[in-house]
Amino acid sequence: MATFFGEVLSVSSRAVDEDDEDENDEDEEILKELDETREVHLEWYQSNSNLMTDTNLIIAVGRNAASFLSVYVLTSASWEAVGHASLSNAGSQTICGQTGTEPACVFYRKKDNRAVILCQISGYIEEDQQFQWTEKVLGCFKQKGLSVTVLSDSPVAEYKNMDLASSSSSPFLLCLQTKSSTTNPQCPLLEQPNIFTGIQAAVLSHCQVNQIPAVAYQCYSDAISPDSITMDTYKLAFTSVGDIKVGPLPSADIINKFIKTNHIQSNLYI
Amino acid sequence: MFIPVEATPPSFKGFTLILPAIAVGNVAQLAVDLIVSTLSMKRVGYMHTDCLVPMVGPNPYATSAEDAGELHTTAEVYRDAEKKLAVLQIRSPLIQSRSRKFRKLLVSWIKASEFSRTVVLSSSHAYQRDDQQLKGTPLRYLVTPAMRTASGPALAELGWVEMERLSPYPGLVEAEPRLSIPGGGVTKGLFTDGCQEELCLAVVLVFCSEGDNVPDAFTLVNHLNEWLLLVDNDKRGAQKWKVPGSWRLLFGSSHPPSIF
Repeated sequence: MATFFGEVLSVSSRAVDEDDEDENDEDEEILKELDETREVHLEWYQSNSNLMTDTNLIIAVGRNAASFLSVYVLTSASWEAVGHASLSNAGSQTICGQTGTEPACVFYRKKDNRAVILCQISGYIEEDQQFQWTEKVLGCFKQKGLSVTVLSDSPVAEYKNMDLASSSSSPFLLCLQTKSSTTNPQCPLLEQPNIFTGIQAAVLSHCQVNQIPAVAYQCYSDAISPDSITMDTYKLAFTSVGDIKVGPLPSADIINKFIKTNHIQSNLYI
Repeated sequence: MFIPVEATPPSFKGFTLILPAIAVGNVAQLAVDLIVSTLSMKRVGYMHTDCLVPMVGPNPYATSAEDAGELHTTAEVYRDAEKKLAVLQIRSPLIQSRSRKFRKLLVSWIKASEFSRTVVLSSSHAYQRDDQQLKGTPLRYLVTPAMRTASGPALAELGWVEMERLSPYPGLVEAEPRLSIPGGGVTKGLFTDGCQEELCLAVVLVFCSEGDNVPDAFTLVNHLNEWLLLVDNDKRGAQKWKVPGSWRLLFGSSHPPSIF
């Protein structure tokens, strides 16, 4: 639909369409071929046998979460890139409209503690690929001894609460954890009727059904682009993640390097 | 696809299964919420599949602070041993390209679990009713041949109205009347699969429009209760059903006062 300012918004409806009645074998073939273009590809840069046991996996999804890792954790030289996942979807289109398969996420390992793996997701993983991504990534690690932490962003407008004052104190952190998690979270638990969606939901679902200890921290913020205050909020989550030192407050130059202004072609304020 | 919570999988042999179709207004899912919440059903397993959009949240049926933080996932199975009832709740949309796969997985699970009967709750677009359907009750049912043999007389005795077969272009082209459930999602597909696989399956649906569909959910679940007698039928109105805490703020938070 078009709004008063002329920008076009896609709106979703809860209404559903009846299934196609004339699905036949040819349609199944087409769907199968389409599915193949939606494959998630994992590549490890070296033999991954040592990566896989007793792993402490931290996944950052969203611009602020990913920037937090870049600014506070990965700036030290004690991390090395050990692999990446790439996939093809609309979210990986560049501004010029060129599509392609480019790394949607990169894996880093701590040099002095090879059991700690960071996964930084910079692209958007679409709904039909989230389950596959999760199964492929978590399938690389032995379940025994595996623990997972997820950091994710969310707009504060999506947070539902009777207490309106709480949402005006953004950014703030809320969390959910699986039944087998023994972590003492450093922030309040998410309360009904709020939910998590996206990769954080896919990861928590996988960990819940497979009895893997996992906790997901979601930062609700009113910032529409990465900002230092929102990034700073994630430090609270890291107090319960063992053996990862969060660096001191970086200089403004380092922060500015990672905070890019939005290049959305918006004519709203011309 | 079905992963039990405990090491020993629960038995569903001889149980009645109720499951919602993701359909217009999400009425069936709301109705299932009422059933699980009212009967305090215990979660016994997860439907872990790539056919649904992933989501997680805190316990939607929490009764105390202790269980409020319990993690719940996209699709879960609940069980009441006393009533021999199992309920599958689905909390997120189907990924469209995988709806056929999901139907196959469901049918396969239903057969393997040896449910005695399956009831699919659903809804259909009210605006696509024909002249006949505009009159009278908005509730309809469908039964597979196997279910007709088992429960057909009981449903007829209740005075329920069977879903009509309609001509696709009424008044324009002469064509064979066919079953159509607009806005019903996988309902028609599941029903057709149920007929082909000789399942004992019924569909109970309500015509509705999108909006505040809570009253439609009560209509549907009260109607179902006439047949399955899930809760005491003597209590009138909405009091016999327990609304879960997850229904708070269904349409979002109120506006922040700081904008004024």
